[in-house]
Amino acid sequence: MLEIRDINKHYGAHQVLTDVSFTVGDGRMTGFVGANGAGKTTSMRIILGVLSPDSGSVLLDGVPLTAGDRRRFGYMPEERGLYPKMKVAEQLVYLARLHGLSTAAAKRNTGDLLERLGLGERANDFVEALSLGNQQRAQIAAALVHDPEFLVLDEPFSGLDPIAVEVVLTVLKEHAAAGAPVLFSSHQLDLVERLCDDLVIIAAGEIRANGSRERLREQFSTPRFEIHTDADAGWIRGVDGITVIDFDGGEAVFDADSDAASQSVLREALTRGAVHSFGHLRPTLSAIFKEVVQ
Amino acid sequence: MSTNIKPAAGTEVRQPASRATHSAPSFWASVWLVSTREIMSRLRSKAFLISTGILLLIAVGSVVAGGVMSANPSTTKVAVVGTASAAVGESSGLTAVPAVDLAAAEELVRDGTVEAAIVPDDSLIGVGVIALDSPPSAVMNALSISPAVELLDPAEQGGFLVYIVALGFGLVFFMSALTFGSTIAQSVVEEKQTRVVEILMSTIPVRALLAGKVLGNSIMALGQILAIALLVGIGMAVTGQRVLLADLGPAIAWFAVFFAFGFVMIAALFAATASMVSRQEDVGTTTAPVTYLVMIPYFAVIFFNENPLVMAIMSYVPFSAPVGMPVRVFLGTAEWWEPLVSLVILALTTAAVILFGSRIYRNSLLKMGGRVSYKQALRG
Repeated sequence: MLEIRDINKHYGAHQVLTDVSFTVGDGRMTGFVGANGAGKTTSMRIILGVLSPDSGSVLLDGVPLTAGDRRRFGYMPEERGLYPKMKVAEQLVYLARLHGLSTAAAKRNTGDLLERLGLGERANDFVEALSLGNQQRAQIAAALVHDPEFLVLDEPFSGLDPIAVEVVLTVLKEHAAAGAPVLFSSHQLDLVERLCDDLVIIAAGEIRANGSRERLREQFSTPRFEIHTDADAGWIRGVDGITVIDFDGGEAVFDADSDAASQSVLREALTRGAVHSFGHLRPTLSAIFKEVVQ
Repeated sequence: MSTNIKPAAGTEVRQPASRATHSAPSFWASVWLVSTREIMSRLRSKAFLISTGILLLIAVGSVVAGGVMSANPSTTKVAVVGTASAAVGESSGLTAVPAVDLAAAEELVRDGTVEAAIVPDDSLIGVGVIALDSPPSAVMNALSISPAVELLDPAEQGGFLVYIVALGFGLVFFMSALTFGSTIAQSVVEEKQTRVVEILMSTIPVRALLAGKVLGNSIMALGQILAIALLVGIGMAVTGQRVLLADLGPAIAWFAVFFAFGFVMIAALFAATASMVSRQEDVGTTTAPVTYLVMIPYFAVIFFNENPLVMAIMSYVPFSAPVGMPVRVFLGTAEWWEPLVSLVILALTTAAVILFGSRIYRNSLLKMGGRVSYKQALRG
């Protein structure tokens, strides 16, 4: 388990991170969400030891992270880049060896990964000769070539074509399924919502919400219900303790003052015709996000 | 989870390695990996290979030219009339061209066949000289009778030779330091500009990155110096300048040792100052102070190689010692312990500069955009 504890960081007079604490559990896909400038990149750089915090610590299974531990991390910085005048395969072997792999293992991993990412035929091209999409794939390969046990990826999906997005998703899920903590940031809230077990929402350098996706949805849910019936649902307006939010033919969205009020709507609806669905409306991630960052 | 992503066709699920499979390489293993990459990328650069080839050719060419010139001392042609040929016969630097009479000799002077005409006259030494537009000093020296001179403390080397040797050390130091210094500066900014530096920083200690770059480029620079020294040595031996080689050998050896330390110091300064900018276009401006540091000893040794006080100072100031001390060793004006003391000063300064430089380097690497100020870079 990766634990970020009470991190503070400032640049000049500007406080970038204030008491940032959250955890990335083993095998948990953790989405890191925040507006531009909220402190995501700074947090990730501190986790990777690229920046030092003013105070606070990063712990791995309760022990402060060492430089040796960090070599087992796969990191994809927000600022992408590789050596433009180095061959793709050579560059990946170099990075793998810097992470401590033997030359043989580095070459094997490079070959496998390039095949997998569809870059096999580009292995001996200079990075600068690749198309932008292929450069992005090479960048992903650079984060994975040393068989990392932990993944920290800053905006891994930005700039990727749909095929590459699927490849990256697969890799992330594999790592999480194998028990690795995976932390990634993204602006694509729908993707994060679909993918993540846990969420961390940061705004203006402070963690505004964090926890499992389900718990957050529970926490931020309102007593709002949705019903879908055969008959016209206009009668719902007249039920005590109910406020209709949206209404269209047999479908309605309403807020209920109490559980009893919502259940009475369901009972009434059943007497009037077939009910196709009835349920508690959970807020979407983007709704939660809007609410917390305000 | 409500996802329905399947692995892409043809891919197999790979498990991350267990925690025992690879251990972090040691600090020096990382340094060596970085420096190997630096060396390889230099060896693949056509510009580097061509410029090295030119430098080596110049070195060999100047030795061969020196050998040819000393093997064929130049002589001056003079026209001689009648008994004057006896005077010419005794002096070595002159070649006599017999002329039938005064008018014929004057004609030879006018059309440039000879530099001067030597004719018999009634003066004390029995001959007179006729020249075209100015007194021909070579001819006059050849005919003069010099008094015997006794030197109480003879200089070991002639003035012109000292100048050439000083210029040689100055030029080689200047060229190599500047070439490899700006190479390391560009390499630092390349990593910053292409943002690959963040991956590197997350993988190995920043000190290992800096040390690897300095080491790699120092190996290349020293290799070039040794190649030049070797070629000059072989060239001198082959062209029969063994006497000069014996005098120059120790100076060249000291030069190589001083250069090894001096270049590491300069490389660290180039790397540190370059890390303060984010674009190749700004490298020249930010490394300018270091460039001046490299140029000062070069010009100082040209202008002051005959001034013992300036040379003595130069031979102890760390950034000019790699040029100053070998020149003094060559001149024979340095006591045996002086190069050692100067080397210790240089080594200590180099260590201090590395500490100072790595601090700037570390604090500047992630600061993109405008130039990082020294205040920011040192404070962090």
